Amino acid sequence: MTPTQLELPATHTRGPALPRLLIMLGLATMSLLIAIAAGAAAIPLTDVVRALLGQGDPTTRAIVIELRLPRAALAFVAGGGLAVSGAVFQALLRNPLADPYILGVSGGAAVGAIGWIVLGAGAWSAGVPAAALLGAIGAVALVYRIARGVGGALDTRVLLLAGVVVGAFCNALIMLLLTLADVESFRSAVFWMMGSLAGARWDATLMLAAYMIPALVILMGQARALDLLLLGEETALFLGTRTERVKLIGYGVASLLVAASVAVCGVIGFVGLIVPHAVRLAWGSEHRLLLPASFLGGGSLLLLADTGARVLAAPSELPVGVVTALVGVPLFVVLLMRGRA
Amino acid sequence: MNTFTADDVRFRYRGATRDAVAGLTMAVPHGSFYAMLGPNGSGKSTAMRLLLGALEPQHGMVRFEDRVVSDWPRRELARRIGVVSQHEEMPFPMTVRELVALGRYPHLGAWHRESDADRAAVQRALERCGLTDLVERPASALSGGELQRARIARALAQEPRTLVLDEPTASLDIAHEMSIFELLAGLVAHDGTTVLVITHNINLAARYADTLLLLHEGRIAAEGSAADVLTRERLEHVYGWPLHVHPHPGPGRDTGAPQVVAVARGVMGRTGIND
Repeated sequence: MTPTQLELPATHTRGPALPRLLIMLGLATMSLLIAIAAGAAAIPLTDVVRALLGQGDPTTRAIVIELRLPRAALAFVAGGGLAVSGAVFQALLRNPLADPYILGVSGGAAVGAIGWIVLGAGAWSAGVPAAALLGAIGAVALVYRIARGVGGALDTRVLLLAGVVVGAFCNALIMLLLTLADVESFRSAVFWMMGSLAGARWDATLMLAAYMIPALVILMGQARALDLLLLGEETALFLGTRTERVKLIGYGVASLLVAASVAVCGVIGFVGLIVPHAVRLAWGSEHRLLLPASFLGGGSLLLLADTGARVLAAPSELPVGVVTALVGVPLFVVLLMRGRA
Repeated sequence: MNTFTADDVRFRYRGATRDAVAGLTMAVPHGSFYAMLGPNGSGKSTAMRLLLGALEPQHGMVRFEDRVVSDWPRRELARRIGVVSQHEEMPFPMTVRELVALGRYPHLGAWHRESDADRAAVQRALERCGLTDLVERPASALSGGELQRARIARALAQEPRTLVLDEPTASLDIAHEMSIFELLAGLVAHDGTTVLVITHNINLAARYADTLLLLHEGRIAAEGSAADVLTRERLEHVYGWPLHVHPHPGPGRDTGAPQVVAVARGVMGRTGIND
């Protein structure tokens, strides 16, 4: 099977990035307001805006500023990071079906994080993202090695199979670690395997943003090199790319983005698949636009998905990964079938 | 002055039992049209990768413009050499203009925007390759000939002094074959571009190239003008098939160039090669 070719809409043209980013920014702002307004106590949008500006009723202000805003900010940053990492994996593997969850990278990060917490290092919680990063890189390396070893080139089927196998192995390790630790195993298993933003606090959000911002700047510096890598490594080399260096930076930073988000909100799948796909469909594959637009789009998507997770089954909450999977799996199937045609 | 020089270059792939390139010594002079010929597996593509620094020779040395090729920063090299390789991937949709515009990347920094000069270079390359009507077409919707023209346009958008092409006319129709060789000959004659082409099309190489290099099992079987290189005994030995060499009957400016015709052996049902 050749890698899936996305269909190119007739309207597709290379155009200025700024208006498009403003559209994405508008979408992000709207998602943010909706996420804050919706919930057990619905707050009218005007009151949301007033509370954000530090005015209005103190109870509303407390709900907005202390409860809903930190959670919304966390969802936004985590979703943005996942979408960007998906876009980068897709470029490096030249495969539109690559996504940190499907590739098992998120699972690897979760194993690293849980391993750190369970195996006694939990006292120093700042190490969780670093352990998650090690897990993520381990999973990437494993998937890549399996795919290369079996398929020669990076065949889509082999790559997906390798990702599924590594992901399943990671899930087994997660259950094993949690059973050994016996810390409310079931609840935390759901958290690590399906993701949740329920524990959102400002410090977690800031920690995530501290990883995210330099990572995005570094990746933007590689945007043109990623464009060239889409044509294959040799062509990229002949067009002036230091391919080994770009791959190292790309895999490293994308894994870091996944690890940071998994460490804070567990494994959330398919954001990295849905968002870059939608942006590419509308505006093409140029990474100077694709990466920032995916960040804003991923943030918006996870915000809306988390709002759905809070509201759909109220008063109880769905794991947010369930919502993203309900949207993402059908899309994945459509992409896969289209690639076969 | 030479564009490429190779001095006793050897290369063996890991796990292989013989050298893919076994002692290659050659020079591609500035402004020449240089063709590399040879049967499948004779080391042409490996030699090209060695000349371009994509492979590191295990013995000997490759220079580009009198500087060891591995000492060149890749971006500097990409401003000077345009490459049209045999295969490339396109997993994501791209318009013809986007594909050709990628040729400007060696001239752009990571944070620079395309300038008017960059857009003009892309436009010139599109015009030169006859693609101006196809700029908004998805590259995946092009015919084989159009796609190859787009890839050559991308190499021209690099504004290189040297162009290297690996089998640029493979699986193209006769008109596309001719148009591509005419384009290359024009680049050599009018722009002073050095062109190095790898091809199985001995007859086109004989008609257009100044110098032919015939490779056989990683070694040079002959180098020189078409008349010197393309002798019947040598070609039969190298290709393992009975051949005839006739002068091109004309008309055309290249009347008299040696043209190679393979003889039908009547070994129907078998490949007959190396019998």
